[in-house]
Amino acid sequence: MSVREQKLGWLNALPMLVMLGLSFVAPLLVIALYSIMPEQVFELSHVPDFAAYVEIIRQGYWRSFLWSIGMALVSTVILFVICWPLAFAMVRIFRGFTLAVTVAVVVTLFVSENIRLFGWALTLMKGGMIEGMWRAWTGTGFDGLLYNVPVIVFGLVYVYLPFMLFPLVQGIAMVPDDARHAAADLGASRWQVFAEIELPLAAPGILVGSLLSFVLATGAVAESKLLGGQAVIVIADDVESAFTYGQNWPLGSALSMVLILVIASLAIYALSKMDLDRILGRAVN
Amino acid sequence: MRGGRYGNTGYYVYAIGIIMFLYLPLVAVGFASISKARYLSFPIKRYATQWYGEALGSSTVIDLVQTSLLIALIVTVLSVILGFFGALAFARYQWRYRSLFQKLILLPIFFPQSVLGLALLMWFNAIGVMPSWQTAVIAHLVWIAPIATLVISIRAYSFDPALEDAARDLGCSYWQTLREVTLPLLMPGMVSAGLFAFLLSWGNFPLSLFTTGADSTLPEWLYAKMVSGYSPLVPTLGILSVAGSALLIAVALLVSSVVSLLSHRRSHVPRVSAADGVPGDLAVHQ
Repeated sequence: MSVREQKLGWLNALPMLVMLGLSFVAPLLVIALYSIMPEQVFELSHVPDFAAYVEIIRQGYWRSFLWSIGMALVSTVILFVICWPLAFAMVRIFRGFTLAVTVAVVVTLFVSENIRLFGWALTLMKGGMIEGMWRAWTGTGFDGLLYNVPVIVFGLVYVYLPFMLFPLVQGIAMVPDDARHAAADLGASRWQVFAEIELPLAAPGILVGSLLSFVLATGAVAESKLLGGQAVIVIADDVESAFTYGQNWPLGSALSMVLILVIASLAIYALSKMDLDRILGRAVN
Repeated sequence: MRGGRYGNTGYYVYAIGIIMFLYLPLVAVGFASISKARYLSFPIKRYATQWYGEALGSSTVIDLVQTSLLIALIVTVLSVILGFFGALAFARYQWRYRSLFQKLILLPIFFPQSVLGLALLMWFNAIGVMPSWQTAVIAHLVWIAPIATLVISIRAYSFDPALEDAARDLGCSYWQTLREVTLPLLMPGMVSAGLFAFLLSWGNFPLSLFTTGADSTLPEWLYAKMVSGYSPLVPTLGILSVAGSALLIAVALLVSSVVSLLSHRRSHVPRVSAADGVPGDLAVHQ
């Protein structure tokens, strides 16, 4: 680390640091300040108290937290089960096809989440693609598949699939083929190879993928609005209503702070486990 | 592999199934956009393209597209500039706080975007800025500039520092080196990053929701219509927006394959290293 590199590092980091300081760190500080203002105020010039946090417990907002965290947890587990075989095949079996799968998955990320979830609403609603076709075919209809908790989890699984898939691919690529073959040669069953060789060696990728999907799903709101028809209220929804309909900025800020705390601690933990030089550097080597 | 040929076929079928699962909702939107009825119901009885005509002729739509385009273009330019310097700090220079910087950059990507948008709204309110499309540009940057930085960093990792050293030894100033060596080397990464930035800004909804003030972007308008009852223009505009993105991606893939074909013909050494010699017009400045 020469003095010149130290200086250049700082200088080149500066534009991003200024941008993030002004439009990421500063807004979070404002939220933190608002969260300790008394109820129903719209300025920061009041004597701080913790009324908004007390309100969270008194009004039962912890229920929304439990729903968000619970659904995020379930969708993360489902995502792991769905993505593992695909990630495995992308690393070990597909050759040129891996690129095609990667491109196909990445392209979906460029389509507005709203439009994709709206498409699911059109597919699953009563008179939608599935129910309508079924009715035309068999003559008997059924209620739509929307507006319940499982469909929200389904939406979360759908939207966050890439965020589980790609870290898993990274993780599985770290398992040496030799280790798997050696274990198989020594008489390990398929399940044993999976549980005792692949799972532990791919753990960093599994951890990052799971934390990523969990964190994103915890803060998600569009799935419950567009598919769930607010069958349950998720925490990001409570935050939004507190700021908009409720006009209670301190309460909204306090709810945000709790959500941010959960997410930031997990995200920072996930980031500390990532070796970015290796992940990004390997893409070209 | 023990699975053999039969087992592998299963994996291919599975992968194709997942990809179909990812694209299925777009098929539903596509069908809905060409249904003639004002109230959608499957199976579709009569098809028509009238909604496309109506969408393209509407002045509201033109306004929405203009606002979305303006935001996306400015976000693209700013993200690429921020990402260029950010990537050098991220991947090229070995400095003390590099690892911390890398993590700070990634943090906004994990953040719930609607909460980030609300936090920005509070911040703009606290410093007395009226939200409008300009503030939405700032909101998009918080999330998109880090992604642009990552994309350019991938390119910057393959960077041979000896090239810059050679330029400096030959008497180039810092800015000359940056312009004549670093910039051309990172250019492919910057083009990809620009493409990512444009597409992500064009389709973004949660960050725009609270930060555009009285202005409205296309995804915002679509969302408002989705939650307030069905309008046949929603699938139509949705498909037009997706088709625009798809066209851009297709053009980009085509151009990049033509460029790599041409450069392959020019030289058989695909990777950049000091051995390739210093790019083009550096000689002028010796």
